[in-house]
Amino acid sequence: MLSADLAILTPEIVLSLFAMGGLMAAVYTSKDGLAAALTWGTALLFVIMAFYIGVTGAGARTAFDGMFVDDAFSRFAKITILLAAAGILAISQDYMSKTGLLRFEFPMLIVLAVVGMMIMVSAGDMLALYMGLELQSLALYVVASLRRDSVRSTEAGLKYFVLGALSSGLLLYGISLTYGFAGTTQFAGIIDAANGELSLGLLFGLVFILAGLAFKVSAAPFHMWTPDVYEGSPTPVTALFATAPKVAAMALFARVVHDAFGGVVGDWQQVVAFLAVVSMFLGAIAAIGQTDIKRLMAYSSISHMGFALMGLAAGTAVGVEAMLIYMAIYVAMNIGTFAFILTMERDGRHVTDISSLSAFASKEPGKAMALLVLMFSLAGVPPLLGFFGKYAVLAAAVEAEMVWLAIAGVIASVIGAFYYIRIVYLMYFGEAREGLDGRMGLATYIGLVAMALVIGLGWVPGINLFGIEGPAELAAAMLTR
Amino acid sequence: MDNLISIVTFLPAVAAIIMAVFLRGDDEAAQLNAKRLAFAATAATFLVSLFLLVQFDASNTGFQMVEESEWLFGLQYRVGVDGISILFVMLTTFLMPITIASCWGVTHRVKEYMIAMLVLETLMIGVFVALDLVLFYLFFEAGLIPMFLIIGIWGGKNRIYASFKFFLYTFLGSVLMLVAMIAMYVDAGTADITQLLTHNFATETFSVLGIQVIGGLQTMLFLAFFASFAVKMPMWPVHTWLPDAHVQAPTAGSVILAAVLLKMGGYGFLRFSLPMFPVASDLLAPLVLWLSVIAIVYTSLVAMVQEDMKKLIAYSSVAHMGFVTMGIFAANQNGVDGAIFQMISHGFISGALFLCVGVIYDRMHTRDIDAYGGLVVRMPAYALIFMLFTMANVGLPGTSGFVGEFLTLIGVFQVNTWVGVFAATGVILSACYALWLYRRVVFGDLIKESLKTIQDITPRERAIFAPLIVMTILLGVYPSLVTDVIGPSVGALVENYDVAVAAFEPLTHVAANH
Repeated sequence: MLSADLAILTPEIVLSLFAMGGLMAAVYTSKDGLAAALTWGTALLFVIMAFYIGVTGAGARTAFDGMFVDDAFSRFAKITILLAAAGILAISQDYMSKTGLLRFEFPMLIVLAVVGMMIMVSAGDMLALYMGLELQSLALYVVASLRRDSVRSTEAGLKYFVLGALSSGLLLYGISLTYGFAGTTQFAGIIDAANGELSLGLLFGLVFILAGLAFKVSAAPFHMWTPDVYEGSPTPVTALFATAPKVAAMALFARVVHDAFGGVVGDWQQVVAFLAVVSMFLGAIAAIGQTDIKRLMAYSSISHMGFALMGLAAGTAVGVEAMLIYMAIYVAMNIGTFAFILTMERDGRHVTDISSLSAFASKEPGKAMALLVLMFSLAGVPPLLGFFGKYAVLAAAVEAEMVWLAIAGVIASVIGAFYYIRIVYLMYFGEAREGLDGRMGLATYIGLVAMALVIGLGWVPGINLFGIEGPAELAAAMLTR
Repeated sequence: MDNLISIVTFLPAVAAIIMAVFLRGDDEAAQLNAKRLAFAATAATFLVSLFLLVQFDASNTGFQMVEESEWLFGLQYRVGVDGISILFVMLTTFLMPITIASCWGVTHRVKEYMIAMLVLETLMIGVFVALDLVLFYLFFEAGLIPMFLIIGIWGGKNRIYASFKFFLYTFLGSVLMLVAMIAMYVDAGTADITQLLTHNFATETFSVLGIQVIGGLQTMLFLAFFASFAVKMPMWPVHTWLPDAHVQAPTAGSVILAAVLLKMGGYGFLRFSLPMFPVASDLLAPLVLWLSVIAIVYTSLVAMVQEDMKKLIAYSSVAHMGFVTMGIFAANQNGVDGAIFQMISHGFISGALFLCVGVIYDRMHTRDIDAYGGLVVRMPAYALIFMLFTMANVGLPGTSGFVGEFLTLIGVFQVNTWVGVFAATGVILSACYALWLYRRVVFGDLIKESLKTIQDITPRERAIFAPLIVMTILLGVYPSLVTDVIGPSVGALVENYDVAVAAFEPLTHVAANH
C-alpha cells in the first residue's frame, strides 16, 4: 500500500519537493535574486500546508508499518511549527535584505528543517525519530553559521554542531540500548516490553534518550549551548531556534515518553520534573545578569522550557494538553519579541544591548506598549496569555499531586519576572541617551503588533485562546490513550 | 440591565481604549482632553454604580446581579456582589473621579497617566466583583502592572527602587495563592466562589516533612492565601514595601494605593480565608491577632519619628490596617462589621490625607515636615480641612474613623482581652503622631521665608475635598448607612464560621493520630 502510505505524507513530500525545486531554480537562474521571492513563497507555502493539515484527516493513521504516525497530536504540533516558521520568515525578510544576508539557501534550509521537525513529531519509531531529528539538526547547523564572514556566527554554528552531535550520540546510544532490551525500535513494541516494570537496560536506554532530548529542548543541565548559539547566530536564525525547533523537540519529548514509555510514567516522571525545576530556576537566575537581549532570550527560553516540561512531568493527558497550549503561547510571544529585536538598530547598525532600550517609550510609544505587553506576558502576569499558559501547567502539576513542583514553578516565575520587568523599566523609566533609531519594515511591524494583540486580548471571554484548547485536548487525549 | 456589573467594571477600560486609540498629540489641549475624558468616564462609572447600590437588596445574604459566561479551561467569567463586596465597589467608583481631579496639575505624559488610572479602576472593581477564583487572581495581579508604571514613571526621586520593590514583593506574595487556588480547584472540582463557599475543605491532620499540620489542607491553603493578603494589607512584618511605594508614588497613586489597593487584602480575608477555611482561621487567629497588635503599636511608634509626611501617613495606614485584620479575625459580628467599616472609612480618610500632603507638595515640592510650620497664617481653609482629617485619622467620635476602631475593639475584647488592651493603646498613639504632625506643619510661627507667599487652596481643591469631608462626617454620625448594608451578609458569614469551628475538635483528631 505504498500509495496510501505516501498520501499520508503529502505535506512532507510537497515541502521536500519544494525545497529541491527551489534550490535548483535558484542555482540555475539568478541565485540570490530569487531569495526574496523564495522567502515569501516559503512562508505562504507553510501557511497553506498548515491549513491543509488542519482541514484534512481525522483520527489516527499510520504509514510504513507504524514508522510514521499522523494523529491529532502530530497535527497540532505540525500546525504550530509551520505557522511559527512562516511567522519567522515573514518578520526576518526585512532584516536579511538590510544586512546582505538575503541568500536563497536560507528559506530552503528552513524548509528542510521544518520537514525534519514534521517527521520528528510524527515519528512512531526510534529510527524515524532519529532521521527527522538529524534532518532538522543538519539544516539548522548550516543556518546558524549563515553569516560566513563572521567569527561569532561560525563559532555558533560549530558549537551547535559539536554539542548537537554529542546529544545525537547520547540519543542513539539510548536507542540502541532500548532496541537491545525491547527487541524493537517501534514505540508500540517498546510500550509492550516496558509495561509495568522497566528492566535495567531499558531504564538506561530511557535515561540516555531523555538526556538527548533534553539537549534538543535546551533544558538545564543540558542547556550550555543555548546562550552562545543564540547570541552568535544572525537574529532571524535565533528567532527560529527559539520557536519552531523547540515546539518540535518538546512534542517529540512528549511522544517518546507517552508513546514508548507510557506504561512506566513513574520512572520518567521524576527525571522530567528534575529537568523542569532546574531549567526554570537556571533560566530565571542566570538571565538576571545578562546585558545582551539575545542571551537574555536564550535564558528566558530555557526557563520557559522548564515550565513546558512541568506540564509533561504531570504524566497525564491534562499535562500534555497544558504543554501544547504553553508552547503555542510561547511561540506567539517569541515571534512578537523577536520582531522587535530584529529592528533594534542605531545608526544603521544592529544592536542587541539591553541598555539601548533606554527611554524608548518616549520615542515610540506604540512599539514600546507592544513590547511591554509581551514582556509582562513572558513574566506570566495576568491577564496576558503568558499567565494562562503558566496556569495550565501549574494546574496539571497540582492535579498530578506534584504540588512541590508547582510551588517551585511560581517561585521561579517571580525571580524571572525581575528581568522582564527590567526591560519595561528601561523603556519607560530609563534615562534618555543615545537610543534606537531604526525604522521598522511593515511585515515586522505587523508581526510585533499582531502578536501583542493576540497576547493582550486572547483571554477575553468570547475569544478564549482562539479555540486552541479543544484541539489541544483532543491531541493530548490521542497521545495518552 | 442584566449586565450592570460588567458595565461598571469595564466602562473605565473602554474609555482607556478610546483614549489610547483616538487621542493624539501631547500639547496642552490634548492633555486637557485626556483629563476631561478620564474624569467624565470615572464620573459616569460612579453614576452607573449608584444603580448597583439602588438595586442591591441588603437583606439577601447571597450574591446578587450575578452574570455568567463560559471562559477558558472550564473556568467561567462570573461576577456578582454581596453585602461584603458592594461597598468596596462603591468606594472605588466614588474615589476615582476625585483622584482624577486631583491630578489636574500633572503635565508629564498625561495621556498615559490617565490610561493607567482608568485601567487600574477596571482592575480594582474586578477584584471586588469576581466570583471565580482565577478571574479574581487575574484582576488581583493585573493591578500590579498599572501601579508599577504609575510609581515608576510619575513617582519621586527614588521611584525605580520603590516600583521594583512593590512589584516583586506583592508578586511573590500572590503566586503562592495561585498554587493554593489551583489546589482548591482540584479538590472541589470547581473554581466558582459561590460553590467553594459551601465546600468543606479537609481538616484532617497530616504531616508535611515530618511536621504535623493541625487543620490539614485548610491550614496549608490558609497560609498560602495569608502570604498574599498579608503582603497586600500590609501586615507587620511584611509591610516594608508600603512606605517606599507611598513616598515615591505621585499623589494620585498614593491615594489609590491607600484608599483601595490596601483594601484588597482585607477583602480577600473576608471572601476567602474566613468563610472557606474557618477551621484554619480559628486555629491561626491568635497569631493574626498578635501580629495585628504589633502592627498597631510598633508602626504607630515608627510613625512618630518620621521626617517625611507621606511616610508618616503610610505607617499610620499600616497601623489602621492592623485594626482591620484584628476585627476580621475576632470573627464576630462586631469585629467584622468594624473591620469593613474601618476599611471604607480609611479609604476616605487616608485618601484625603494624601491629598492634603499633595496640596502643599504641589506648592513647595517637599514633603519634609521641617520645611513647614505656621501654615494656618497663610492657609486657614487648608488648616481646617487638614485638621478635620487629622482628627478623623485619630478616631475622634463624630468622624468615621471612630466607628471602625470602636467596633473592632469591641469585637476583639470579646475574644481576647489582652489583645484588646494593647490595641486600644494604638488609639492614643495615633493621636500622638497625627496631632504632632499637625502641630509641626500648621501651627507655630510662620518664620520660613519660602512659606511667606504660599497660597491657600483653590476652588478646585476645595471641590475635591468636599465629598470626602461629607462622607467622613456622615459616616461618623450615621454609621448605619454602612452597617445596614453589610450587616446581614456579615451575620451569615459569622454564623457559618461558628458552625464550622464548632464541628471541628482538633484535640480529638490529634489524639486519634497518636
